[in-house]
Amino acid sequence: MLGLNKKDATLLIVVAALTLCAPFILNPFPTGSAMAQFNAGYPDLMQRFIIFGIFAIGFNILFGLTGYLSFGHAAFLGVGSYSAVWIFKLFTYNVIPAITLSVVVAAIFSLFIGFVSLRRSGIYFSILTLAFAQMSFALAYSVLSNPKFNLTNGETGLQVYADDPQWFHRDSLPDLPHLFGLSMRSTYSLELGAWRFDFNAGYYLCAVILMIVFYLAIRIFRSPFGMMLRAVKSNQQRMNYTGLNTRPYTLAAFVISGMYAGLAGGLMAAMDPLAGAERMQWTASGEVVLMTILGGTGTLIGPVLGAGFIKYFENIFSKINDTVLHNWFAFLPDGIEDFVVFIVHPFIGKGWHLTLGLLFMLVVIFLPGGLVEGGQRIGRLLKGKKKAPDSEDPEHHPKETPHVAE
Amino acid sequence: MDALLLQILNGLDKGSAYALIALGLTLIFGTLGVVNFAHGALFMIGAFCAVTVQRFLNLSFETIDETQKDFLGNPLKVKTPYVESWFGPDLGAGIIDWSVPLAILFAIPIMVLVGFVMERGLIKHFYKREHADQILVTFGLAIVLQEVVKYFFGANPIQTPEPNMLRGSVDLGMMVGFQANAIIYPIWRLVYFFFAIGIIGGVFAFLQFTTFGMVVRAGMADRETVGLLGINIDRRFTIMFGVASAVAGLAGVMYGPLNPPNYHMGMDFLVLSFVVVVVGGMGSLPGAVLAGFLLGILESFASTTWATTTIPGINQIIIYLVAIIILLTRPRGLMGRKGVMED
Repeated sequence: MLGLNKKDATLLIVVAALTLCAPFILNPFPTGSAMAQFNAGYPDLMQRFIIFGIFAIGFNILFGLTGYLSFGHAAFLGVGSYSAVWIFKLFTYNVIPAITLSVVVAAIFSLFIGFVSLRRSGIYFSILTLAFAQMSFALAYSVLSNPKFNLTNGETGLQVYADDPQWFHRDSLPDLPHLFGLSMRSTYSLELGAWRFDFNAGYYLCAVILMIVFYLAIRIFRSPFGMMLRAVKSNQQRMNYTGLNTRPYTLAAFVISGMYAGLAGGLMAAMDPLAGAERMQWTASGEVVLMTILGGTGTLIGPVLGAGFIKYFENIFSKINDTVLHNWFAFLPDGIEDFVVFIVHPFIGKGWHLTLGLLFMLVVIFLPGGLVEGGQRIGRLLKGKKKAPDSEDPEHHPKETPHVAE
Repeated sequence: MDALLLQILNGLDKGSAYALIALGLTLIFGTLGVVNFAHGALFMIGAFCAVTVQRFLNLSFETIDETQKDFLGNPLKVKTPYVESWFGPDLGAGIIDWSVPLAILFAIPIMVLVGFVMERGLIKHFYKREHADQILVTFGLAIVLQEVVKYFFGANPIQTPEPNMLRGSVDLGMMVGFQANAIIYPIWRLVYFFFAIGIIGGVFAFLQFTTFGMVVRAGMADRETVGLLGINIDRRFTIMFGVASAVAGLAGVMYGPLNPPNYHMGMDFLVLSFVVVVVGGMGSLPGAVLAGFLLGILESFASTTWATTTIPGINQIIIYLVAIIILLTRPRGLMGRKGVMED
């Protein structure tokens, strides 16, 4: 199907089904019940799942395939957001031109940064991208918001004001980002007994785009181009010795992943017409690194999982407080209950970042393949119980001799 | 001329902090070959050592003074720090006043210990793994350390004032023959600068003139050979990690009066310190120090009104700009050695 083999097609279909049915899947608990706080099926959060998923897929094309660890990808996201909001301000609230422009601008921006940064590799590359991103952040935060030439509106963030020109805006159109008249905020709520499901236009736009870019990512992973990128990761020097210039390939990967980031930024602005400089800060770049690693670097589904995982738990953990904890542990004897709550307290609510940091360290240390590898291990464990564990290589092929390290 | 001198002086305090952090980073990188993203967190922990010492010294008990009344007419409650009751009011107040310099004594063992635990507990297991993994795990550690400090000390900056005696400014211009008030410089910044020079000098002397330092330098040049000679190089490198951690911590302790410590100060300095290390040349100790001071001074020049009116915002981006230019024209940095981190 669509030039995919059976396994990939299944994966794509599963992802498509999951995203389309997300409003159902993420709302398993009846509204108003005690467990309703674990519901994630409201539009704002679901949009964030998808948008960060797109961001992480793009980042994974660079980091997962070529091994170049960029610490400055948030800059492209920020640039995408700014250009989308500018379209809203100057021309129209229609999201198609805004998203298109954000991808194009991010591509140009990443072409420039990539051209410079990719002259170095390894740790130097990380620091160069970090420096570029911090520079863009500083520019957006202060320099480009001077009264004469206000491109970013500094600390306040760029937003649409009533006196903006909006040349193509008609009164009949909604006063919010829309797709040919369909407002991104419009939500259809379906009440089914005690359950309530929200179907949001913006979410479905993001979902369709996610499916498209996920399909593209699969094609990139399976293409000769993707193969070349993997070769860069395993041994760039050898590639160079065979007379092959790897720079155009890595640059293309960098620009593609920059475009994904720009797309995510554009979508973010389309869901909420606002762009701020803090989106470009290096902690934001760090976040996408966390998502990709947590999910599984170099795998197709990993980054999406990681993004969803982090955004879901960020949301849930921040909501849990001591009262909730006391309810949970009410079955324990009083003294022990207080003790358990005391122990868990630093990790919840505002302490979510602590949990995230610990989790991230644990994943890097024990599970370098992320959630995907964890799933595979569990799967293997379950299979191993059914079948007698046979040796790795039942046909006793001679082992390949490992290459001597350079 | 005096304006020029003033800008150079203004750059020295930030430059000292950059140089100290970059020195520690380079020590770790040069010895263990690990890129330590948690180094900024060590700087921050150092600053919070000073906060802790200050809090301990200010622990006090309340007594009721019958002779004085508060505004409600009740007997006044007087808080007396324990230190004052132990050592007498004068000496006690003096000790509290000097809490930041005293914190150095407390910070050195703590920071060395933190360094040991970090190296033995975590980083040791990452020597054989990719640089990307090292970056990632130390990045995670930095987040954790930062959040732990935030949990105990809150998110707001905490004032750690310098001793009364070292407060205020000194007219440096007068001393070298300029007009009065031409170059006025805060005393604590001078103290910080000389402190930094002292530490940097100490580290270099330690590496240059002791047998231990010689072995470490040999290990930096060729770890395997030194190991083959029957020297336990790993243990020495662990000690160097402790030293690097103490250097970063001390930089943080003394930086408190210049900029009240908050939990994310480490991250803010870390990014710049990496840039400093790269500009100086990966693995080169003199390069790191030189680049630290140079970039600090450069930043101070870019912050002058003349510079900011010519190119608005140049002070925000100058360091990154210089780093990019240097990396592209002199890929090894100012004093980088051949063969370090090259692929």
